[in-house]
Amino acid sequence: MATTASSSSPVSAQQERAGRRRRSRRSGDRPGLRWVIAFVLAILFAFPLYWMVATALMPRADLLAGDYGLIPTTFEWSNFTRAWEAYPFGRWFVNSTVIAVASVALTVAVNLCAGYAFAKIRFPFRTLLFLLIISTLMIPVQVIMVPQYQIVSDLGWTDTYWAVIIPRAAEAFGIFFARQYFLGIPNELIEAARIDGASEWKIFRRIVLPLSKPLIAVLVIFTFMWRWNEFVWPLLVLKDSNEYTATIGLYFLRGQHGDDVTALMAMGLLSIIPIVLVFLFFQRYFVEGLVRSGIK
Amino acid sequence: MAAHPATHPGPARARRGRLPGRARVREALTGYAFILPNLALFAAFMFLPLAWTFVLSTQETSGFGPVENVGLENYRAMFEDPVFWRSLINTVGYAAISVPLSLAGGLGLALLINKKLPGRGIFRSIYFIPTVISAVAAGLVCQWMFEENVGIVNKMITGLGLEAVAWQSSTVGAIVSVTITTQWVGIGLFMVIYLASLQGIPREYYEAAAVDGANAWQQFRHITLPGLRGATFFLVIYGIIGSFQVFDLIFVLTGGGPGDATEVLGTYAYDRAFETRERGYGAAIGVVLYVLLMVVTIIQWQANKRRED
Repeated sequence: MATTASSSSPVSAQQERAGRRRRSRRSGDRPGLRWVIAFVLAILFAFPLYWMVATALMPRADLLAGDYGLIPTTFEWSNFTRAWEAYPFGRWFVNSTVIAVASVALTVAVNLCAGYAFAKIRFPFRTLLFLLIISTLMIPVQVIMVPQYQIVSDLGWTDTYWAVIIPRAAEAFGIFFARQYFLGIPNELIEAARIDGASEWKIFRRIVLPLSKPLIAVLVIFTFMWRWNEFVWPLLVLKDSNEYTATIGLYFLRGQHGDDVTALMAMGLLSIIPIVLVFLFFQRYFVEGLVRSGIK
Repeated sequence: MAAHPATHPGPARARRGRLPGRARVREALTGYAFILPNLALFAAFMFLPLAWTFVLSTQETSGFGPVENVGLENYRAMFEDPVFWRSLINTVGYAAISVPLSLAGGLGLALLINKKLPGRGIFRSIYFIPTVISAVAAGLVCQWMFEENVGIVNKMITGLGLEAVAWQSSTVGAIVSVTITTQWVGIGLFMVIYLASLQGIPREYYEAAAVDGANAWQQFRHITLPGLRGATFFLVIYGIIGSFQVFDLIFVLTGGGPGDATEVLGTYAYDRAFETRERGYGAAIGVVLYVLLMVVTIIQWQANKRRED
């Protein structure tokens, strides 16, 4: 602490730096080497995405002939328009957006409510109900998809937004995560408000939610990501090609024009832009939310 | 804290214990009201279908024909179905390969950028971004990269004077390319959880160990690893469940092929239920998947309980 306070003088700053260097050498830490490894790995991790962009810009004939370099030399913008004009991609993006946004609103609302009740309100069978819900964490869609499909088609929801939004609105991860986060909010805060006569709903909205921004960010990101990327369930319940999501549309395009790799990459690129933007904007909260929850 | 030693053991509980009966009933009703929307959705779209899956698995429902109760016939047929066994072995094998890889890789990445490093935040984002994109988009780009004739991976390999690899048409090649792709997509989450956990280990532990002359390996072995136990436990369960559920990427990358080389229980259940329209048989495969996941979860749970005792 003392060194930090006096580090404004150049001499002691230098001493401090030397000291840090000595310390880090002793513990075997070589930041230069670490940076080089991190950088090489970053190139490997980023390469497929770079390659998606590069392919989307290259002339299709060159690629199929294997006559291409790592960096596009001529830009073939028609890759983007070719598929966009042949299929209702615009409509598919609207579908994806409506489904993802509505799902986020609904899912986050019901999970926050349930998570709060499981963390802070006492009622009979609380633990039992919570364990029952948590036990569904491990159930993949392949286990329940056959009857679930039956239920949704009996309800007449096939080819509607509801078919994708409602059956996935309650999911165990969000409740688990919300409860874990709410457990970290001091009881005293809530008790004091209860003694002042505030209703549980008011406490939840006025006291608990304003403290839960990182939690909400995590729930929003995860829900948006799952709904935007969701594959097998929309593939089953959205049969009319007008109702496809962008993800299903991309898969459909592969089935129709599997060899038009440049158009596929162009549409693939467009389909991931929204989720990449959401991640980049929210990632600070996202990491903070993970750190502050019990999952670590 | 020290100012109120008397109220220390759960002040909220002590105070609430004195609540009159009517207030307690009101609290309980409020609690149910808060969980009701959730519970209703769970009942309709999770518990009901789950129970129904078991019923369906004892029926024969091929195509649009009438439903027939066949008892355990579907399970008997499964026992003699080589593709089922192949999918089961692939599913377990996939978990056995991918979970340790993700644990080691995720920890490695986390350690790499845990300490101060220029551009650390950018590295973290780059390692994590594959996790957020859709399996369809990720699968398409990797399928294109591993394309055997003109794909970039083989182009680079042949450029080095080596022989092109059959990433898609040979069993081993397909398994390797699927594994690389799923690791690329999945490892980011392991890294983020480990990073969060590393940040929770108090700095003072390392400082004290350094004063005592512990070297880097000893510090890692005796401070870092024990500090990460909770994260590892969570990630092992998450990883096993995730690999038993693997579907999207394999469906897009190989469709289970070549032949049934990369078929897993998830893709096989889908094929039978929705491609060949044998709903009952598909549901029976789903039940097997469910029981497997249940067993894994219980074993993990027991192991953790024993360790904590």
